[in-house]
Amino acid sequence: MSVEFLARLQFALTISFHYLFPPLSIGLGVLLVVIEGLWLKTRNPLYHQMARFWTRVFALTFAIGVATGIVMEFEFGTNWAAYSRYVGDVFGSALAAEGIFAFFLESGFLAVLLFGWDKVGPRMHFLATCMVALGAHFSAIWIVVANSWMQTPAGYHVVGTGLSARAEITDFWAMVFNPSSMQRLSHTLASAWQTGAWLMVSVGAWYLLRRRHRDFALASVKIGLAFACAAALFTLATGHASAGGVARHQPAKLAAFEGHWETGPQSPLYLFGWVDQETETTHGPSVPGLLSWLAYGDPASTVTGLNDIPRDERPPVNFTFQLFHLMVAVGFALIGLAAWAAWALWRGRLEGSRLLLWLLTFSVLGPQIATQAGWWAAEVGRQPWIVYQLLRTSQGLSAVVTANQIIASIVMFTAVYLLLFAVFVFLLNDKIQHGPDDADLQPTGKHALGFGGSS
Amino acid sequence: MNFGNIDLNTVWFVLVGALFTGYVILDGFDLGVGVLHLFVVRRDAERRVFINAIGPVWDGNEVWLVTGGGALFAAFPDVYATVFSGFYLAFMGLLCALIFRAVAIEFRSKHPSPRWRAFWDAGFALGSLGSALLIGVAMGNIAWGVPIDAHGEFAGSFPGLLHPYALLMGVTTVALFAMHGAIYLVLKTEGELQAHIRTWVNPLIITFILSYVILTLATLLYVPHVTEAFRREPWFFALVIPVVLAIANIPREVNRGKVFYAFLSSCAAMAGLMAIFGVGNYPYLVYSFPFPEHSLTAFNAASSPRTLGIMLTIALIGLPVVLAYTVSIYWIFRGKVKLDKMSY
Ligand code: HDD
Ligand code: HEM
Ligand code: HEM
Repeated sequence: MSVEFLARLQFALTISFHYLFPPLSIGLGVLLVVIEGLWLKTRNPLYHQMARFWTRVFALTFAIGVATGIVMEFEFGTNWAAYSRYVGDVFGSALAAEGIFAFFLESGFLAVLLFGWDKVGPRMHFLATCMVALGAHFSAIWIVVANSWMQTPAGYHVVGTGLSARAEITDFWAMVFNPSSMQRLSHTLASAWQTGAWLMVSVGAWYLLRRRHRDFALASVKIGLAFACAAALFTLATGHASAGGVARHQPAKLAAFEGHWETGPQSPLYLFGWVDQETETTHGPSVPGLLSWLAYGDPASTVTGLNDIPRDERPPVNFTFQLFHLMVAVGFALIGLAAWAAWALWRGRLEGSRLLLWLLTFSVLGPQIATQAGWWAAEVGRQPWIVYQLLRTSQGLSAVVTANQIIASIVMFTAVYLLLFAVFVFLLNDKIQHGPDDADLQPTGKHALGFGGSS
Repeated sequence: MNFGNIDLNTVWFVLVGALFTGYVILDGFDLGVGVLHLFVVRRDAERRVFINAIGPVWDGNEVWLVTGGGALFAAFPDVYATVFSGFYLAFMGLLCALIFRAVAIEFRSKHPSPRWRAFWDAGFALGSLGSALLIGVAMGNIAWGVPIDAHGEFAGSFPGLLHPYALLMGVTTVALFAMHGAIYLVLKTEGELQAHIRTWVNPLIITFILSYVILTLATLLYVPHVTEAFRREPWFFALVIPVVLAIANIPREVNRGKVFYAFLSSCAAMAGLMAIFGVGNYPYLVYSFPFPEHSLTAFNAASSPRTLGIMLTIALIGLPVVLAYTVSIYWIFRGKVKLDKMSY
């Protein structure tokens, strides 16, 4: 196996594992703000109990997010040394900004969020919760900006040639607001909100199925679902905007997303299908003109096909196609599920429908599958470029790292991450089975004083 | 922002150094607590006290490392690329150790079974020990010099990084962190447990001083480019005096019962040691040995002046805010550790 393949595999493995957790932290972070805000406003102890329970879940996802995130911070240097030299001038500042503006904020106030219930007043605690959520969003901002610059570079010029060529920044704000960053940021955040919201819904639905903690469960489903509905629609809107951006700035990627070969107007959209890269055809049911219309808002507009893209600049087509279609399918399924559940809730039929409750219980997997598929589609679709149209992935490797070293690290991370994942699932399940603590219906410390609770 | 004609390269040499110094001082005591975890206490309640002593702060402390890494990437991409790809296996080991340290803190208390706790106790302790050791070894290699070829790539091997000088630096770092952690623990505990930890402080101080003296002798004898820097600028020796005073002050304050001052002295000593390290190496970020002409310096390995300027703006906006809430968090969690429902 080539060093290039191994380095990519290793990076994909570690980033994909990392990215199981940040969306949960981002989504739950916002929901914690909502719930704690409700508690402060209504003084209903149920919200206090909810805040406590979800804080414990949040702590767990956050801890693994942090532990696996450190790996990412150093992996550009270890795996992609040539790339790091090439982009450091531009890309590094976004990563450094993430540390200064996001991680310090998050980790500092996290302490107050987790351990401060009895140490600080309710308002200060609420502030800490808001800051943690804000910090999580800041980290998404900077990292997505950095990644988007690799997709659609802007605000730079290239100096030097050959081995010593590198990108240097010319305009910081043009780098930050590169053509894809805001669309991709909003889509990433929307999908993260969904991830947190559906977790809350699915835990609530599970309790309803088991007829446990009914008040807690209903409140979780309601808040989670309201949030999931809004986020699911926002995901669709921002995803659509992203697709338009991809059509303009990364035509090869869009063509791969859609298995689109022939450049022309009235381009069709495949609902699902199979791409045959040998014969350069795509099989499956399609709607004529829909791709043109979705990409440019007009069925008569021309969409570039893969046949007009040099073979050595094409990404793996079928793989990208399937990933992209998986994401979109899950996206629509989640919208449908959200609508159905909201309607049932409104009609008071939610608790009676075991099928719906089971679907909701498993809904948490949906956003996780779609986020992973989305990132894989976006990143594999960018191939063979590591920086779009500037640097090929094969040119970004570390010259001194050997295949055996990478294999060693793949083996190590696989073992460690399997262990972490098993422990995570075990502990999460443990917390869910244990359920919300009845003692948490009696706020303690300054929360009790401030709100006339007993004890 | 326009910074006129200040020497941005040197500014960033200092700032990256400052970030890593912040890391060493702050996460140094977390790692030190971890190093002591298995040996110093055995009962579950006491081990929980150890973990909760650093519980609210360790993550924020680790962010100094993350930000230092990001700043290195942005300001000196060549150094970031060369060192991290060159020390590949060592860094993978460090990452693994940091992962275990981090998750063990979160996981340990989540299940009562003694075996579960013993496993994560080991993860916490070995993760901390491994991190401290590897950080020291990496610093030892930077001080000693690493082989670099004409393209600025690392030209050595993994076993070549484990030479005696680097290992000595690793051991010294472990001793330093353990001493620092023990003082921190004395500060955060009370009663019997505190008295017990106190008995560990003096031996740890002595261990550190011994290994530091040996390390210094080795540096003077075998690391000419560092001694050269001191010969060129004899005033550098002025830095050594406060460090020695600060170290000497630690046992004195501990014995007087002023543990907080002892802790501050320990922090000051570490800052001083890092300053000596930086001054001794300036302008080298990675000294190339045996080909000094291939060394990476604050000038030939840096980003463009524009990027350094942008980064300085970011740092000037960000760092004061960071310092302000770091101080507030430490203030909120001041005082002795009390185990309660929320504790680990
Ligand atoms: C800031 C940069 C950045 C960010 C935020 C992400 N990636 Fe990425 N990704 C890279 C920077 C990068 C990279 C370093 O540039 C890689 C390595 C090789 C390549 O071509 O791009 C890459 C490759 C890469 C690959 C391998 C593609 C291939 O080689 O065929 C996968 C599957 C992912 N990433 C997945 C993700 C996921 C799940 C992310 C969600 C967090 C993610 N990436 C965020
Ligand atoms: C390759 C890219 C990435 C790198 C280098 C990276 C780096 C890191 C690091 C170092 C941490 C730990 C910080 C700490 O110690 O507190 C972390 C945690 C985190 N990261 Fe990532 N990350 C990457 C991808 C992402 C993406 C794409 C997102 C969001 C869209 C994200 C969101 C977060 C969040 C919210 C946390 C806080 C911990 C958590 O919520 O689980 N990261 N990341
Ligand atoms: C509903 C229909 C959806 C559409 C039309 C859509 C569209 C897109 C497009 C075009 C991209 C690629 C952007 C690029 O490469 O620059 C993308 C990426 C992505 N999608 Fe979706 N998406 C949808 C649903 C979802 C859902 C439900 C989730 C997860 C809950 C999700 C998560 C992601 C993620 C994490 C990425 C990678 C980040 C990015 O590139 O923005 N998407 N999506």
